[in-house]
Amino acid sequence: MGKFFAIVLTVITLVSASIFAMHTWWMPVDISVHGPALDKQFGETLMGTGFGFLVAQLSLAYFLWKFADKGDGRKVREFPGGPKVTIITAVVLVGLEILALSFVGQKAWASVNLDPAPPNAMHIDVQAEQFAFYFRYAGPDGQFGTIHPEKINDGSGNYFGLDPENDIPARDDIVVGSLTIPVNQPILLTIHSKDVGHSIYVRELRIQQDFVPGIVIPVHFTATQTGKFEIVCTQLCGLGHYNMKAYLEVLPQDQFDQWLKSQAGQ
Amino acid sequence: MHDTSDQAAVHHHAPPKGFLWTHVFSLDHKVIGKQYYFLSLAAVVIGMVLSWIMRFHLAWAAAAIPGLQHLSQVGAPGGILTPEYYLSLLTLHGTLMVFFVLTTAPQAGFGNYFLPIQIGAEDMAFPRLNMLSFWVTFVGFVTLVSTLFISDGPPISGWTAYAPLSALGSDAGPGLGRGQILWVISIGIFCIGSLLGALNFIATTLDLRCKGMTLARMPYTVWAWFITAVLGLLAFAVLLPACVLLVLDHVGGTSFFIPGGLVLSDKLQPHSGGSTLLWQHMFWFFGHPEVYIAIIPGIGITSHILASTARKPLLGGSRVLVGCMVAIAFLSFTVWGHHMFISGMNPFSSLLFSVPTLIITIPASIISLNWIGTVFGARLRFHTPGLFAIGFISVFVTGGLSGFFLAQPSLDIYLHATYFVVGHFHMVMGVAAIFGMFAGTYFWFPKMFGRMMNETLGKIHFWVTFVGVYCIFMPMHYIGLAGNVRRYSAFVDDYLIPLIPVHKFITIAAFVTGAAQLLFLCNLFWSMYRGKKAEENPWDSTTLEWTIPSPPPFDNFGGRHPIVYHDPYELGVEGAKGDYVMQDSPEKLAQS
Repeated sequence: MGKFFAIVLTVITLVSASIFAMHTWWMPVDISVHGPALDKQFGETLMGTGFGFLVAQLSLAYFLWKFADKGDGRKVREFPGGPKVTIITAVVLVGLEILALSFVGQKAWASVNLDPAPPNAMHIDVQAEQFAFYFRYAGPDGQFGTIHPEKINDGSGNYFGLDPENDIPARDDIVVGSLTIPVNQPILLTIHSKDVGHSIYVRELRIQQDFVPGIVIPVHFTATQTGKFEIVCTQLCGLGHYNMKAYLEVLPQDQFDQWLKSQAGQ
Repeated sequence: MHDTSDQAAVHHHAPPKGFLWTHVFSLDHKVIGKQYYFLSLAAVVIGMVLSWIMRFHLAWAAAAIPGLQHLSQVGAPGGILTPEYYLSLLTLHGTLMVFFVLTTAPQAGFGNYFLPIQIGAEDMAFPRLNMLSFWVTFVGFVTLVSTLFISDGPPISGWTAYAPLSALGSDAGPGLGRGQILWVISIGIFCIGSLLGALNFIATTLDLRCKGMTLARMPYTVWAWFITAVLGLLAFAVLLPACVLLVLDHVGGTSFFIPGGLVLSDKLQPHSGGSTLLWQHMFWFFGHPEVYIAIIPGIGITSHILASTARKPLLGGSRVLVGCMVAIAFLSFTVWGHHMFISGMNPFSSLLFSVPTLIITIPASIISLNWIGTVFGARLRFHTPGLFAIGFISVFVTGGLSGFFLAQPSLDIYLHATYFVVGHFHMVMGVAAIFGMFAGTYFWFPKMFGRMMNETLGKIHFWVTFVGVYCIFMPMHYIGLAGNVRRYSAFVDDYLIPLIPVHKFITIAAFVTGAAQLLFLCNLFWSMYRGKKAEENPWDSTTLEWTIPSPPPFDNFGGRHPIVYHDPYELGVEGAKGDYVMQDSPEKLAQS
């Protein structure tokens, strides 16, 4: 039984680890400036935990193979060196891993969440609602109109509750259902929710951030490749959660300018 | 610590008469322990069937499940789940499993039955409170399950019930009105039951130990149940008021968790001034210790059974194990923010919460290494409880390691809310805890029911389950890496559609593994009546539960006052009869 257990455990361990190692299912190619740091940290964590996984499972398997009770009255033996060895191993190995990851990780986290957006970042306002994202560009005047929750009306398309009659900056705000941005240009999103919690997740941008009702949260990033990518909601927001999505379109600067102009003209 | 030898012998109540007082409203900790166990069994069967329905739907979204329309005509017209009913079942699955299975069976079930016996007491310190704890928990269970039978169904807000989705009422979605209120009340009631139970466990452990049962001589399990009780006392004491506040937001016109300016169906909501993050903080301040409330009894049970399986005490003994469990318990109150890295709380606090989350892996690693080190040089007896205890080590290590990724805020940005998280927590707190329960069931069944469980069926159950859980939960890590979002009732996004074949594989694995659980249920009930008669000590174990008849008499020790002379795990002892020394054996051996 011990040998059988050892074989089953070894097979499970090797198959599990090799699917990771072969990148059979993997993250999509990163298209952000901050992403490579996160991917590097992911790789380092995978190496550390992969090593721990293999050593722990395979030594367990080996001991199971070796130490079955054969009814021969063999004496039980203590692990060489006793608990000191296991305690020191855990404290040193895991401790070093923690120190390394914390220092590296702190920088990666800071580049996304602690450093402010560069001053030249292009500001786009994002509102989430059951079950759609709406993106607002400030228009030629560079200013956003004020949001009046009581004026929000999905039926008439006033998703942000703007009051263009009395509020001049609101008149040229551009509101669209997908996020279009220029490549290599820092972007600042201010995200807020109309109703319940939502989250914006763009795998290729290595971005995920909750929309918290009552709070406006800044998110900044720079896309380094053009293309069309999916934006999905990752915070349970109600019955249509699975179907809440939008697209991110990253365009070369000239095409983006053209797109913005055409939107402003409408 | 005062000498408890006299008090311990005083029984609080006489043997009951009549079916009602013997089996229903019993004050006997053994009956109450079984009641908790069977309550969990009912909950786990419902929770498992719900997961089959959800798994089937995720793999074959367009296919009908025959007969499902009878559960809810609105939720599953023609047998096909609607997106909202999927979320209702998801909420119920999570709530049942976390509260009524993982928190109930390992602690309240086995703990109630065996803690008093293992410390040489005749009952819990407060038998009436004990009975009340169970019946309060039972009412909580009935309240929760009743949501299936009300018109708008169970809430769709998940077991975490994030506000304001859970606070705004039925305008926010189906099940979020009456269903959500019933859910909150159920959890509130559960908290009360758990708080009463925790008090009882703490008092019993500290006050009712028999003569010679010093703290150092307490079995691993008693330590685990004691530490878990302390955790429960502190954690449920925060969840309970959170539930009260959430009910008030529904029925009292308050806005604890609802900020101003929210609009639903073009209607401005009549709330202002609340904080949605307040719910998350209160919930996770409970929620993270809860993970350890679920797993620490499993750690204790596994250690207890591993010693008997390996014929030697745990490497490092009680001192290291207990030290690590206490460290984990303490740290578990400092890490709740790691569930909220991307919640919008101050990003500086994410860094602060990350550090203790990583540090908690050190005591967990020491325990794991000590288990593996215990297997070294052992004389392993591969009976079913031993297999599950060893299986526990493997799944606990696997599930724990993926926690390393999620403990880092910068990696959580990508992995949060993906199946990577689902795979992680199912492996480490679901599967590992359930392996602990299986190990405990096979191990203690002879004591609880006086009969042995069938070993062949038990071994088939183990092998299918062990391979099965890896087939179910490892692929979840892979698709999580590909960005597969959790809590989706269907996969309609372009990048998710290619992952559906993996979901089909997981679903098939879940059905096969599920079939093995039916085998377990058959074995359990068949053995209860037809199993081979059990001896007093079928596993050659050393703790006090194996010094009394199987099943034990009403007052556990038959009027005897046990006196403990030995450490709990004197196994593999040279010169002893067999290879072990019972804790209450008066004979002195050279080694002891």
